[in-house]
Amino acid sequence: MTQIPPAAKIIEAGENRGFNFRAVLSALGPVIGLVLVFILFSALRPRTFPTAANASQILLQGVVVAVAALGTTPVIISAGIDISIGATIAVVSVATALMLNAGMPPVLAALGGIGVGGLCGLFNGACVTFLGLNPFIVTLGTFLAFRGVADVLGGESEVYTSSNWLNDLMNPSQSLIFPWGVWIMVILAIILILMLRYTRFGRHIFAIGSNEQTARLCGIAVNRAKLWIYILGGAFSGIAGVLMFSNENGTGDPTTSKNTPLTAIAAAVIGGASLTGGQGSIVGTVIGAMFIMTIRNGCVQINLSHGVQNIVTGLIIIVAVLVDRLRNPKNN
Amino acid sequence: MAIHDFAGNPIIMPPDQPSPLGENCLLKMHGIRKRFGATQALDGVDLYVNAGEVLALVGENGAGKSTLMKTLSGAYQPDEGCMWLEGKTYQPRDPMDARRLGVAMIYQELSLAPHLSVMENIVLGVEPVRGPLMAWRQIRKIARDAMEQLGRPDIPVDIPVSRLSIAEQQLVEIGRATAIGSKVVVLDEPTSSLTSRDIAGLFTLIRRLRDQGHAIIYISHFLEEVKEITSRYTVLRDGKSVGGGQTAEASTDTIISMMVGRKVDDLYPRSGHTPGEIILELNDLGGLKKPVRATMALRRGEVLGIAGLVGAGRTELVRAVFGLDSVRSGKIKIGLHTGPASPARRWNQGMGMVSEDRKNEGLALGLSISDNLTLSRLGRFVTPSGQAVQSARWIEKMAVKCRGPRQIIGDLSGGNQQKVAIARLLHHGVDVLLLDEPTRGIDVGSKAQIYKLIDELAIQGKAILLVSSYLPELMGVCDRIAVMCRGVLGAAHPVRDITEELIMLEATGAGATS
Repeated sequence: MTQIPPAAKIIEAGENRGFNFRAVLSALGPVIGLVLVFILFSALRPRTFPTAANASQILLQGVVVAVAALGTTPVIISAGIDISIGATIAVVSVATALMLNAGMPPVLAALGGIGVGGLCGLFNGACVTFLGLNPFIVTLGTFLAFRGVADVLGGESEVYTSSNWLNDLMNPSQSLIFPWGVWIMVILAIILILMLRYTRFGRHIFAIGSNEQTARLCGIAVNRAKLWIYILGGAFSGIAGVLMFSNENGTGDPTTSKNTPLTAIAAAVIGGASLTGGQGSIVGTVIGAMFIMTIRNGCVQINLSHGVQNIVTGLIIIVAVLVDRLRNPKNN
Repeated sequence: MAIHDFAGNPIIMPPDQPSPLGENCLLKMHGIRKRFGATQALDGVDLYVNAGEVLALVGENGAGKSTLMKTLSGAYQPDEGCMWLEGKTYQPRDPMDARRLGVAMIYQELSLAPHLSVMENIVLGVEPVRGPLMAWRQIRKIARDAMEQLGRPDIPVDIPVSRLSIAEQQLVEIGRATAIGSKVVVLDEPTSSLTSRDIAGLFTLIRRLRDQGHAIIYISHFLEEVKEITSRYTVLRDGKSVGGGQTAEASTDTIISMMVGRKVDDLYPRSGHTPGEIILELNDLGGLKKPVRATMALRRGEVLGIAGLVGAGRTELVRAVFGLDSVRSGKIKIGLHTGPASPARRWNQGMGMVSEDRKNEGLALGLSISDNLTLSRLGRFVTPSGQAVQSARWIEKMAVKCRGPRQIIGDLSGGNQQKVAIARLLHHGVDVLLLDEPTRGIDVGSKAQIYKLIDELAIQGKAILLVSSYLPELMGVCDRIAVMCRGVLGAAHPVRDITEELIMLEATGAGATS
């Protein structure tokens, strides 16, 4: 027969540093980008930009988007998409406010809000799996519909609540260095990293995104997995919604987070996720979110108008993805 | 007759060859070398093709056929060597340039725009215009003439190509080549997605082009086709042209020996199998469209082959058994299990399947070898290193050529990918293996390995259902063969009682038995 290669030797060679080094370098891309913009703005505003207070501010501004982006990363890895994130956040923020005003304790109101987010995800997921609809179209529909639900629930206006500890989630805290919200984001990120890497469900998400037919052939219950992926995404939007509610000092705001879906998707993509599925990283997504927020913050500091900020952010997203493509020419 | 030597030295062409620089010579490549990093993909290739001739280019996967053809089509620039077209030096800058100069490639995956009409596809990129407007009358005429030249004036030129059959689409692609005056037409595995009737049509077309004075380079794994349609062959091995000659004078074994660089006596090892108890039983199984009716019993320690024409419903049968397609009627019994089917249940019951469509279904090409190999059998919690350790065992056992278990599987050659697809079943520890065209499009070396593996598995008492369109393979590997025709599965015959001719008779519905 053919010359059988000494496989053990081959495996050894494949597991050498050179191979992993490239993978590390590729994962470092967004970090390098983040450092570069940080240096740029530090040079432009040396007194106000590179301060601990401002860094904390950037982190805080990025939390809501980052949490939403975390939840949408598995959706993207599975080759799905969810553009109803912002509307879900609005529904959750209003629902949480209403539950508080109905006399529920803050813990239950927050959990209830997250549950409402999960229900939104369930609706998206059910349309995608049971009805077999395209996820972009489904969430384009719920992008409008959930926003409408938020409006109806809130009576077309903001819902104010009396002060409680939920309002403090996003306030600077003396004992914890960062506000609670930042720690929540960190914990959620760690949970997702572990889930994607070390659980069967996590590996199934990658398999579905890489090739759904293969997943089916290998006995994966694709529809059930997808349903859970969207529910998970919805629940993360729910957490983001509670944080948003807190960030707005305990206000349920039906008009909040209009740009969040696109920012969250951009964060995931900058972080290395592929919109065709099968690829993505939680660390990358967090860094991507922080990258966008750093640019926003820096633009404010150098007094760019809101319009110019959007132009800059938009172009940088395109450049970031372009750089990623040059790094991995295979992904195009 | 010493055609090749075992030290791998270049082989001297038989003396009765016409001179490579004869006046008929349309294209000649000489001393072509191309290196990618550490890999010497082409290491001195010589090839020529005359006008009015069909040349077969054969070689195992990885022998350098695609690199050579990409060099010919201008997609790669050679490091060394020269090419001549019609006596003039030929140095295409890119594939478009090559097309303009008269060399057209027809790849396995067609490159048509499915929404555009036949005529638009034919003139795509070279549209005749009148000022800013498309010269529709002229375009229509070009397309009609091209279709006429190919002997198919019946194909309407103004319908979208997506409404044509695969064979007709291929014809349109060839028409695109001839319409702009390509003299050299390269066909890369053109029959891999065609039915046998379409293949006959394609061969008629190739002969027509040949008689019109085109030079055709025909790349194929199917040596029977090579023998049927080509007049001369060139063998590529390890980036070198190692021999060639008149097709009519060479036996299939001779050509295979040249391809693999050694003699192939026992491509199909067969030990005595001792069939055990029945492990898979189908009773009047019917799917939504196909299979219409299938009854069979597969025993442990047995290899049962299913032959038939493309479209006979063999793949549908396997998919229905595995729970991928719904079942309309009939019964499936696996061991003691009956009842509803889903791939997950089948894996649990000890059955695994290798898909005929490796790229789109069999493997997740973007994921690593170890992810693909362990996918059907992940614990609730997994670690990448654990997956890698498990996979390394199979990589070694199956002699998969790779850098390691974490290499992306899409980087491997077809044969090595297929070994991983099969290893998935072994890793899962299944007892019943459904193999749908497991050797399609892979090199002879890997094929031999897979045949050997199937034999070993049967000795171990596993049951194997092998669907294949390649009769010598079925005859060589199986204990019994059943033929499927128009969705109906015939009775299984012991392999010693059947011949390739009888199988073809039954497959075409002419046999008496079904």
